Formats: sequence, C-alpha cells, structure tokens
Amino acid sequence: MAKSLSERVVASGIRAMLAAIVVLATLAASPALAADAQVKIANFTFDPPILTVKAGTTVTWVNADDIPHIVLEKDGKFRSSALDTGDKFSQTFSTDGTVEYFCAIHPHMTGKIVITP
Amino acid sequence: MHEINLVADDPKNEGDDSGLSRRGALKCMVWAGTGILWTVSGGVPKSLGLLGDALAAVPTGFSFFQISDSHIGFNKPANPDALGTLREAIGKVKAVKFRPAFMIHTGDITHLSRADEFDNAEQIISEAKLNVHYVPGEHDFVDEGVGKAYLDRYGKGTKGQGWYSFDDHGVHFIGLVNVVDLKAGGLGRLGADQLAWLADDLKDKSASTPIVVFAHIPLWTVYADWGWGTDDGLQVLDLLKRFGSVTVLNGHIHQIVQKVEGSMTFHTARSTCFPQPAPGTAPSPGPMTVPADQLRSVLGITSVDVRIGDRPLAITDTTLAE
Repeated sequence: MAKSLSERVVASGIRAMLAAIVVLATLAASPALAADAQVKIANFTFDPPILTVKAGTTVTWVNADDIPHIVLEKDGKFRSSALDTGDKFSQTFSTDGTVEYFCAIHPHMTGKIVITP
Repeated sequence: MHEINLVADDPKNEGDDSGLSRRGALKCMVWAGTGILWTVSGGVPKSLGLLGDALAAVPTGFSFFQISDSHIGFNKPANPDALGTLREAIGKVKAVKFRPAFMIHTGDITHLSRADEFDNAEQIISEAKLNVHYVPGEHDFVDEGVGKAYLDRYGKGTKGQGWYSFDDHGVHFIGLVNVVDLKAGGLGRLGADQLAWLADDLKDKSASTPIVVFAHIPLWTVYADWGWGTDDGLQVLDLLKRFGSVTVLNGHIHQIVQKVEGSMTFHTARSTCFPQPAPGTAPSPGPMTVPADQLRSVLGITSVDVRIGDRPLAITDTTLAE
C-alpha cells in the first residue's frame, strides 16, 4: 500500500535527523574534539587504569568516591590537592611517553597515561 | 609479666571514685554490654564470661582508652554527623567510673586536614579532660603542607613526621607514623629513618618491659588488595620479637580485627564515624552505609586496663549503641 504524502514527509524528516545525529556522533569521536579525556576515580580504582591519549591532551580526574583521593605522579612530578567527592584535577600531557601515577593516600591505587605523538 | 585486662571491680574500693566501686563496676559491666571482651592464654584467644571473670579480676588503676578514625568533616550518607558520634564516644569515656590514665587517638582525626576540622575534633576530645597521645592517619596529612596542619598541633616533642615514645606505669608506649611518603603500588610505610629511630629507642629496654605500639594503618597485613597493611611493618615486629609482651593497636579499617602471634597481640579499633566492609566483601573499602538505627552498633571505642600479674592480655571494645 502506497504511503500518504504526510507519512513520506515524516519519514524523510526522521532520516534527516538520523543523519544529523550520525554527523554529530562522528564529530564527537574525531581527534579534534577528543583533546580532553577523563579518568573516573571510583571504588578506589582509576577508570580506565590505562588511558591512551594524543600529545597535547588534557586529562581530567574526577573523584566519584565518598573518600578523598590524591593523584600523584610516581616520582612526584605532579600532585593534585585532596580531591573530595566530585572534585576534579586536570593535567595536560604535551610529550609522548608513559606517565605512571597513583593515589598518594591509597598507594595500592595505580594508573597510567600513555601519550602518543 | 604485665597484663592488660578488662576494667574490673575491687570490693575494697567501694565508694572511692578514684578506683572502681562495686556499684561503678556493675555500671561498667552494663556499659560493656555485648562489647567484645577477649583474652589470650598461651597464644590461643578465648572469650571470657563477661560478669564473673571481670569481677574476679583485680584492677591496678591504670587503664587507657583508644579512639580512632573520627573523620571530622565527613558528611556523606554513611554518617552525616561525624561530630555527633565523636561526642557520643567521648561521652562513653567520660561516663566510666574509673579514671583512665590517658587516651590514644590512632589517626584520621579529620577527613581533609582542614583547620576547622582539627579545631572541632580538639574541642570535643578535650571534653574528656584526658591527656591524648595522637598518631596521624592519611586523612590528617592531605593539606597543602602535607602534614603541616597536623604537626603544628600535635608534632611538639616528636621525631620526624610525628613519631615518639613514652613510658607510663612501667609500660613502654610507641606511637608510629605509617601514612607519609607512601610509594606507588605499596601499602602503609614507616621508612628507614623511623625504623632506625625505633631500633635505637628499644635498644636499652629489657625484654620484660611490656610494649604497646600504636599506629594508624595496621602494622601487619590484614588485606593487601585494599592497602590494609604496612610494607615495612615486619621490620618493626622483628625489633619487638624479643619482648615478652607486645600489644599492637591500630585503626584505619573501621572494624575490629585481632590476631595473636607468640607474645604479640594485634588489635584494630572501630571508628567513631562510619564502618567499612569486611575485607573483600564489597567492591571497595569505602564507607559502608548501614540503616541509621544501626550505625551506633558498628561505631565504638576501646578500653585497655593494664595490671601487673601473670594473667593473659585482654582488651574491651564497646559500641556507641551500648
């Protein structure tokens, strides 16, 4: 059975919206918009424990625990203040390599940032 | 040999507030309620009948309290009123009819090392009108000065990052700091300086001197996956193994765990603020939220009565609900 004109208009509108969503999703995943990355601190773990980013990326740690944590580079090159629940700490990684860090007050919590050129 | 035992009655002391009157002891037993009372005989822990054995014991008048993990500043659902429960804990200390010699606080006085948190804790703890010997928890060293806030208040007369020892009634007390300069992937840590100081501190002590060691993080490994242990804790235990009576009192894990190895007794205290899950029973060691009407049954204080004799060692834990 042939679709009515109005049904065809609606269908075409939905197709246009879907296309727009696909474009937006592609943009969000593109390297240009991925310059910021996040590590969630939850259940006394860094998530993801190993994060790979391009050089120049700013990584933000967000504490979702009811207990404060401190992000500390293994050799002390950077250190956050005590992050209470919801607090954030950001660090920009400009050169490639691997950065190891841990929680200064719960040192069994460890994580890595792998920076690619 | 010295003994650490339950607070107890001495009929001769009736009516004397400086000791334990019979009435006071009976009240004390009511207060002890279902608190865990335990004793160790020949290295084997056994429980004591609360009233009978306690009344049969002879007090020396030397007892002290341990409180721990007051976390002043914590305001999450696990306990929105950390000040209130600390006040209740101090109320328990004030209510006993004997006179404790002093109190120890095994760290995490505050939640975020803020000046107002230290001030609020001090105001309530001082209501006990007891000398208080502190050691820091990791939460007391998270200020920008990495411990300056704590050491400005409690560091006088201490070494390094706040460790020290003192003697009372023939017992040698040692307060250690295992929450500073922790290493990636590790547990609690004392460090070479503190271990060298400890070796020196102990070298002239006779093996018959009773030793009480207190520190925030357990000195033995309770559960490494959650960081509940001290990397170089075994070196402390090595230094202490020649002594006939060693008692190790810790906090940090917000629950009672105890073990005995030879002449060493290990005990962790409850928090006055919030409970933490038993090792491995939750996704993380974070604060455990229990129904509000059950919170006080998982918070508490610890009392230790020291006396001279050949009896084994006992420690009393009391919840805030009792």
